Amino acid sequence: MSQLTALEHDSYPAEQFEDTQQQSLAATLGMWTFLATEVLFFGVLFTGFYMYRMRWPDAFADGAKDLKWYLGGINTAVLLGSSYFVALAVEAARSGDRRRIVRNLLIAIALGVMFIGIKFTEYGIEYHDHLVPSLNFSSVSPEGQPRATQEQIFMTYYFVMTGFHALHMIVGLCVLAVIAFFARRGKFSAAYHNPVEIAGLYWHFVDLVWVFVFPTLYLLRHP
Amino acid sequence: MTTGTVPYIPAVEVEERETYLNVSGKIRSWLLTRDHKRIALLYLISITFFFFIGGAAATLMRLELMTPARDLVRPETYNRLFTIHGVVMVWFFLIPAVPTTIGNFVIPLMIGARDLAFPRLNLASWYLFVFGGCFTVAAIVLGGVDTGWTFYTPYSSVYSNTNVVLTIVGIFITGFSSIFTGINFIVTIHTMRAPGMYWRRLPLFCWSLYATSCILVLATPVLAMTVTLLAIERIFHVPIFDPNRGGDPLLFQHLFWFYSHPAVYVMIVPGFAVVSEVVACFSRKRVFGYWFVAGSSIAVAFISFLVWGHHLFVAGMSMYGGIVFSFLSFTVAVPSAIKVFNWTATMYNGSVSLKTPMLYALGFIGLFTMGGLTGVFLATLAVDVHLTDTYFIVAHFHYIMVGGMVTAFLAGIHFWFPKATGKMYPEWAGRIAAGLIFFGFNLTFFPQFILGYLGMPRRYAGYPEEFHLLNVMSSAGASILALGYVMPLVYLIWSIKYGKDAGPNPWKAMGMEWTVPSPPPKENFTKIPVVTQEAYAYHMMTPQGGDGPILPPAPPGERVEGGKPVDVEWSKQ
Ligand SMILES: [Cu+2]
Repeated sequence: MSQLTALEHDSYPAEQFEDTQQQSLAATLGMWTFLATEVLFFGVLFTGFYMYRMRWPDAFADGAKDLKWYLGGINTAVLLGSSYFVALAVEAARSGDRRRIVRNLLIAIALGVMFIGIKFTEYGIEYHDHLVPSLNFSSVSPEGQPRATQEQIFMTYYFVMTGFHALHMIVGLCVLAVIAFFARRGKFSAAYHNPVEIAGLYWHFVDLVWVFVFPTLYLLRHP
Repeated sequence: MTTGTVPYIPAVEVEERETYLNVSGKIRSWLLTRDHKRIALLYLISITFFFFIGGAAATLMRLELMTPARDLVRPETYNRLFTIHGVVMVWFFLIPAVPTTIGNFVIPLMIGARDLAFPRLNLASWYLFVFGGCFTVAAIVLGGVDTGWTFYTPYSSVYSNTNVVLTIVGIFITGFSSIFTGINFIVTIHTMRAPGMYWRRLPLFCWSLYATSCILVLATPVLAMTVTLLAIERIFHVPIFDPNRGGDPLLFQHLFWFYSHPAVYVMIVPGFAVVSEVVACFSRKRVFGYWFVAGSSIAVAFISFLVWGHHLFVAGMSMYGGIVFSFLSFTVAVPSAIKVFNWTATMYNGSVSLKTPMLYALGFIGLFTMGGLTGVFLATLAVDVHLTDTYFIVAHFHYIMVGGMVTAFLAGIHFWFPKATGKMYPEWAGRIAAGLIFFGFNLTFFPQFILGYLGMPRRYAGYPEEFHLLNVMSSAGASILALGYVMPLVYLIWSIKYGKDAGPNPWKAMGMEWTVPSPPPKENFTKIPVVTQEAYAYHMMTPQGGDGPILPPAPPGERVEGGKPVDVEWSKQ
């Protein structure tokens, strides 16, 4: 974000670049490289999750059944929707339509906030169902079904994966807000809109992570 | 350096020229700088600080091991010492050593750019590094940490009552500093090359640091997430790796080494980078097999991701897993050997001059070869079972990391010191220090190979009487080594003020960093240069050399005299 605030004062292209094309190429490649880092970051969680799932298939299937799949499903739709509006904002930026950038970004942000809201509602439900490891995990479900100890591993991974994803969402929302702010101030034009594209790239990535997180956690309900 | 040159360099003129150093002297201008050259110096100061912290821990350990009895420190303290030594040296010295200092300084100069692609990110990386360092220093001051630098669970996540979380936070933050440096280098090398600087003309230094950056970007996040999981398990007492509740400590080891084996190559590939430059320059020859040297850096980076399992041969791994990892580990020897043979072939028939950087580079080649060959022993399943967790391993990786990386780091520091400061250091002092380090290093670590072979386990404060002599030799070597490391610190700092003026190109080296004045101006190049020839056209240099290494391109047919490449009588200049 410091990159963006400084745009206000700096020349474009920045002094280390020869021309604007070089600058936007560098910025885009930088974001792609960062996303490669992010893939490995989440990859650790998926690796551990699937390894444990192979070891404790029953406990993990029970864990999936204890989650509210419909809330996860709604969230998937919400997030895909927000990605759609971010894509529209990028499209608008290419044609230099300031109004449409701001409008689409605001809708995307609203959907993102809604996602976070639903997610935290879910956390509340899980707390209520005594599913939080080490805090209130109970070996008996509210319906009286026994729960395996290893379901705690499932729930730990659930909280870590969705928690890190939510963290990325919050960062992404801040980025989109800053972009919307600058778009409103007339910072972007058809000639210069690379920050919008790069922010969009990040948002789509966060969306994509969820596309993998959702089936992994919610839909593998059979051992 | 002869008196005859003095009239041609009026001292007044040199002092008035604006350089990256004197453009502003305010502390603020250093702390907020976006200049890659200044950030490199900030890094250099920080990692030197950490080097001496890690070194102090090592000194105490060697003092303790002077006698078989556990007399100087308590065993718990000894555990803390080797942990601090490992953590500080790995994450706060070896990994950032060459990339963030020398790499930061010379990559933009080498490829003809005004700066890295993201100068602010570069400064942010340094702040993250320092911030992470503060946590680690705090952990040390508050009583240290005793898990070993590998943080194996469940000891680290359940049982240890030392500052594990604080240390992990430091490593996590510093990890992001590495990632950002890696991203910066990758993007810079891709997009900031001067016109004509095609990939086939890219200096091998940049190839190696490109490979290093790929490792940093792809491996460091794995460490970050793995230690985060460890911290989560430790803080919230949730089951992740805890075997009592269905977790698997081996998962931690796999994840940790998936990062840490590639990280070992982050600690050696930048050494290759420096040595390729130094060997070519001081042999006055183009690098033998440019594409093989460049490609082997990429190959090492690629293979590094496939061999982590060799750290778990005795930790509980299926026989077939062991065989596969053993075979893959052997393949590392191929690109490593390509490097060593090509450097040797570069020197063959060259006019080798044994200046200080070259002495270090030669030391590197020898010590790295030793370290690499003993690595093949350890990759062999049956032998590894005998040698794991003995001093043989300790000696092996110190030959790579200290004998290899630290030596290469010093080669680079001595090679580019005149460029960074505009001054020369006293050559005799440099040679003595290089000799001391080589001798002291071998005296310290060669006995450890024998100790390990005889079965002395690592990480113990005491040992049986029969290992006494070899341990005394090792400790004696360590004190020589320490002296060797302090010497450059002294004479290099002295030279900044009192050294002779270096001129733009004291080594008559190729490479674009030598075409600009020393120290370089803030913007590096007044006009972005156009590259017209390969990186190591030493064979095209005239015997006169000249101050500018990049000669105007000669038309084809004039590059040779009498059908033979021009010979350069380098040593007699
Ligand atoms: Cu390894």
